[in-house]
Amino acid sequence: MAELINLLLLGMLAVTALGVVFLKDLFAVVMLFGIYSFLSALIFVNLDAVDVAFTEAAVGAGISTVLMLGTLSLTGRQEKMSGHKTLLPLLVVVTTGAALIYGTLDMPPFGNPENPVHQHVALRYIQDSPQEIGLPNMVTSVLASYRGFDTLGETAVVFAAAIGVLSLLGLPKQDRAAIESGLESHLVLKVVAKIIIPLIILFALYVQFHGDYGPGGGFQAGVIAAAAIILYALVFGLPLATQVVQPGLLKALAALGVLLYAGTGVASFFLGGNFLDYNVLAADPVAGQHLGIILIELGVGITVFAAMLSIFYAFASKAERKNIQ
Amino acid sequence: MSVIVDYYNYWVVVFLMMAGFYTVIAANNLVKKIVGLNIFQTSVFILYISMGKVSGGSAPIVAEGITTYSNPLPHVLILTAIVVGVATTAVGLALVVRIKRAYGTVEENEFKDKDDLI
Repeated sequence: MAELINLLLLGMLAVTALGVVFLKDLFAVVMLFGIYSFLSALIFVNLDAVDVAFTEAAVGAGISTVLMLGTLSLTGRQEKMSGHKTLLPLLVVVTTGAALIYGTLDMPPFGNPENPVHQHVALRYIQDSPQEIGLPNMVTSVLASYRGFDTLGETAVVFAAAIGVLSLLGLPKQDRAAIESGLESHLVLKVVAKIIIPLIILFALYVQFHGDYGPGGGFQAGVIAAAAIILYALVFGLPLATQVVQPGLLKALAALGVLLYAGTGVASFFLGGNFLDYNVLAADPVAGQHLGIILIELGVGITVFAAMLSIFYAFASKAERKNIQ
Repeated sequence: MSVIVDYYNYWVVVFLMMAGFYTVIAANNLVKKIVGLNIFQTSVFILYISMGKVSGGSAPIVAEGITTYSNPLPHVLILTAIVVGVATTAVGLALVVRIKRAYGTVEENEFKDKDDLI
């Protein structure tokens, strides 16, 4: 049954991708891309990657769709016909594709437990991590502890990307007069948003602190919390949202998260362990691991939240300024 | 039949990858190129997650009565890659916005004679 669902979902994904390639209306392209993200999240669930599915649903269908729509409002929604010849690109793509398909025939068959990918470090993660780290969710153990260095780098990349966007577009100014914006005239939206925004934030906190035991963690929680404020900004207008969560605060939070993460590493340094070796953080190694993971997941959550929201602020303020002019 | 079940995921991945690749090189509009890059990226995600799947396995969260788990390592790599991916996409889109402001267009074939504007 799972194979059949897999077959069907991947087929739908391929059709959606074709739609994206051939449509000229960019609004439709962005919406299809949102569907594409949802479908891939479903595929990830079906392939047992629940944490990944969680992230993809929040990021792909939520944040990136909003960012792309913001860009479209500034650049126009129609793709113009081009004088491009399509024959050469098609030839290149078909040749590359054929070579890759030929290459897949040498790959180990899908789902076979004997595949090389399952023989190396994965065995240790699956067999030893519940005792060594003391967490049922192996993905969190690997993400935060075994490969903590990696995750520190990725958090820093998210931080750097936020800095990049802010230096390209700039944050909204706080002191400008509040202008009529958002969807305030829509009563239903306003009421529904007021009810669900607190629930979304509560859910984000649950995902943040329950990520050790179930699917979730700092990355997902940060994105979900940012989505709550983005919804608020969309419904009640950007000026009000920037009063609730101030852009200056976000800048400080984005840096604070990375510092908290790296600081945990430095703390384990001074307590006699290696960088990001949480065993020394408490008297008992397993308790130390747990403490370290909670701290660094919190750092990740704060940075991702602040980075995503400030990126949204940057795009939204540009789009809003254009609409006023 | 078994050949299809064994390699179906990888073939769809290749198809998606090529659809994204085609959009990147053939599309005229910069926003659409970024969507193409994102499709390319997602196809790589699916490739990794497909390789991590074990038939009959379960999600890698310890639970009673379950002995086979899928490989958690690809999940970790891709989870972080998704969030980094949206952050870098945002940088790309911000560049598109700036290009629109500097050149007045985001259509590739309209740039040609505007190179010396800035």
